[in-house]
Amino acid sequence: MHIVVCVKQVPDTKIIKINPKTNTLDRRSAPAILNPYDAHAVQEAVKIKEKTGGTISVLSMGPPQATAVIKKSVEIGADQGYLISDRAFAGADTLATSYALSKALERIAKELPIDMIICGKHAIDGDTGQVGPGIARRLDIPPVTNVIEVTEVNEREKTVLIKRKLTNGYELVQSEMPCLLTVEKEINDIEYSPMPNMISAARYEPIIWAVDDLENVDRSQLGLKGSPTVVGKMFTPPRPEGGKKLDGSADEQVSQLMDILMEKKDLFTLQSTK
Amino acid sequence: MPEKFDVIVVGAGPAGTSCAYTCAKNGLNVLLIERGEYPGAKNVMGGVLYRQQMEELIPDFWKEAPLERPVIEQRFWMMDKESVLSFGYKGLEWGVEPYNNFTVLRAQFDQWFAKKAVEAGALLITETVVTECIVEDGKVVGVRTDRPDGEVFADVVVLADGVNSLLSKQLGFHKEFRPDEVALTVMEVVNLPKDKINDRFNLEDNQGCTIEIFGDSTKGNLGTAFLYTNKESLNIGVGTTLSSMIKAKMKPYELLDYLKNHPMVKPFIAGGESAEYLAHLIPEGGYRSVPKVAGNGVIVVGDAAQLVNAIHREGSNMAMHSGLLAAETVIEAHRLGNFSQSMLNNYREALYNSFIIKDLEKYKDAAHTFEKYPQYFKEYVPMMNQAASKFFTVDGTPKRDKQKQIIKNMTSQRGTLRVLQDLYRAWKAVK
Repeated sequence: MHIVVCVKQVPDTKIIKINPKTNTLDRRSAPAILNPYDAHAVQEAVKIKEKTGGTISVLSMGPPQATAVIKKSVEIGADQGYLISDRAFAGADTLATSYALSKALERIAKELPIDMIICGKHAIDGDTGQVGPGIARRLDIPPVTNVIEVTEVNEREKTVLIKRKLTNGYELVQSEMPCLLTVEKEINDIEYSPMPNMISAARYEPIIWAVDDLENVDRSQLGLKGSPTVVGKMFTPPRPEGGKKLDGSADEQVSQLMDILMEKKDLFTLQSTK
Repeated sequence: MPEKFDVIVVGAGPAGTSCAYTCAKNGLNVLLIERGEYPGAKNVMGGVLYRQQMEELIPDFWKEAPLERPVIEQRFWMMDKESVLSFGYKGLEWGVEPYNNFTVLRAQFDQWFAKKAVEAGALLITETVVTECIVEDGKVVGVRTDRPDGEVFADVVVLADGVNSLLSKQLGFHKEFRPDEVALTVMEVVNLPKDKINDRFNLEDNQGCTIEIFGDSTKGNLGTAFLYTNKESLNIGVGTTLSSMIKAKMKPYELLDYLKNHPMVKPFIAGGESAEYLAHLIPEGGYRSVPKVAGNGVIVVGDAAQLVNAIHREGSNMAMHSGLLAAETVIEAHRLGNFSQSMLNNYREALYNSFIIKDLEKYKDAAHTFEKYPQYFKEYVPMMNQAASKFFTVDGTPKRDKQKQIIKNMTSQRGTLRVLQDLYRAWKAVK
């Protein structure tokens, strides 16, 4: 069983600020972290490997310092990691990113055939959720999104049973392998990595590939050139205005509230009960 | 099978990183363990980094380290409620290589320093708490961490686990430190545009200023406050011994608020945006509080060994130097294959022969004197302010008469004999 997990280094959006003058993300204001959904993706691969055995590889695209998220993945339990890093990849949108990653996956598969690819549901800096399905489409394997449980992996039949989250429940689907999953956070809890993993990760030197290390690459589909997306504007959403606090006795408050509701009654669909 | 290293260093602050860096550079197999998310995440200091001891480790470090501003001016304030008596020194020679000292933000500097240790070959592991030393037959042989399969072994363990040093306490090297042996310091990083800082402190872009504030900054208690300039922020903070804080029933954040709203301080930080709030204990027990620093297979460095000179606000430099001295002993021990206490006591000897313990010895009575006799901060600072005000106010009184009045004021407030006693005592404490 060979599982490849695609991971991304993102600014910690819990902390990041938007520069009010330029309306761009002030990346200095936030540390770079492993995209939280991707951490769950690596953890799920570890859980599957505990049952099936095999190898877990991680793949990322980014500047050289993105090796940090590969090392973080090794802490969680990945065996090896690849970073594709080249000026030619810079400025890629989701279309160009999924193209570049699919080319890297082809190269990885050549060394060791891939049974499953796992991605996070989306990255917290872009929130698009497009790269995972984009990779699946290019590699012509089934994408299974919003996964909340990998119920059963059948290596002999090359199938996998999966629970997908829906708005009002879940659905159980069976997919052939190889396939690509994108996972939700509730799929697992990230475990506190054991000390030997920490030591291996501290020692681990990720494999770095430039564009020339990949085969059959159409350069016009890479980076800024291969990216049709245009970001028109970025802005901080205005803060919602604070609510109003009602004072007085319970009766007074109720009557005030009724006045407000009556005033705004056009906003509601009122059903009178006779 | 758990791994065995040549040396495990616990804590990636200045002391631990300095030791790990030096050991790794000399070919030892080093594991550096840090509990924070990254080195510097949990480390706090006012913000002055001294050049000399850092340069011993990494020559010309100022060319690549993330520093804020080289300090070209040091001011000292004796502050009363509505006045301040100040003196200081500003020299452009401190603004050029090799510099004297720098302001730094520890979250950035410590990360960079630890990266140098990693480049030298040390293995750095973060977000990992060492819970205890593993002791076998009276010898420390490794550490136990809070992670699954968390034991790691080494010939020697260097404890750089900071002010409380629970690990050396577990080994019986020291007792719980008393409230008068530690200071509680709280500080804020206040963001302020560069131009405003330069205007308010009379600086150019690459020039820094430090102000140490005594007297009303701690409401007359034993301690100091500080105001340091970074590139685009100020570090403002205040600390007193924990015992003073308890005695005066002061809350640390109230004291910081008091300082920030003091009429002498407020204009400097006006319009700034509080970016960070930090608090930390500082070991200020001095010479008499230095614990046992070497045992069988174990060495204690930095804050964990109480190596702070409170009078001269030196600490990180002592930490780095103690880390270096520890590394030298560890390297020698490794060469000889001998990690016994008598071998590792070479570190103790080196420490006691260095400026570190010599300086602590010089001031061994200072903090205790000022704690026991609060008049220095409570009474003399206001008196000196009154004297200055009187002397410099032009009101037609002859200057000689003014001098007489000033002296009379002082001696009538405290009595001639007591003033002389106070002066002698203070001189004795810092001589």
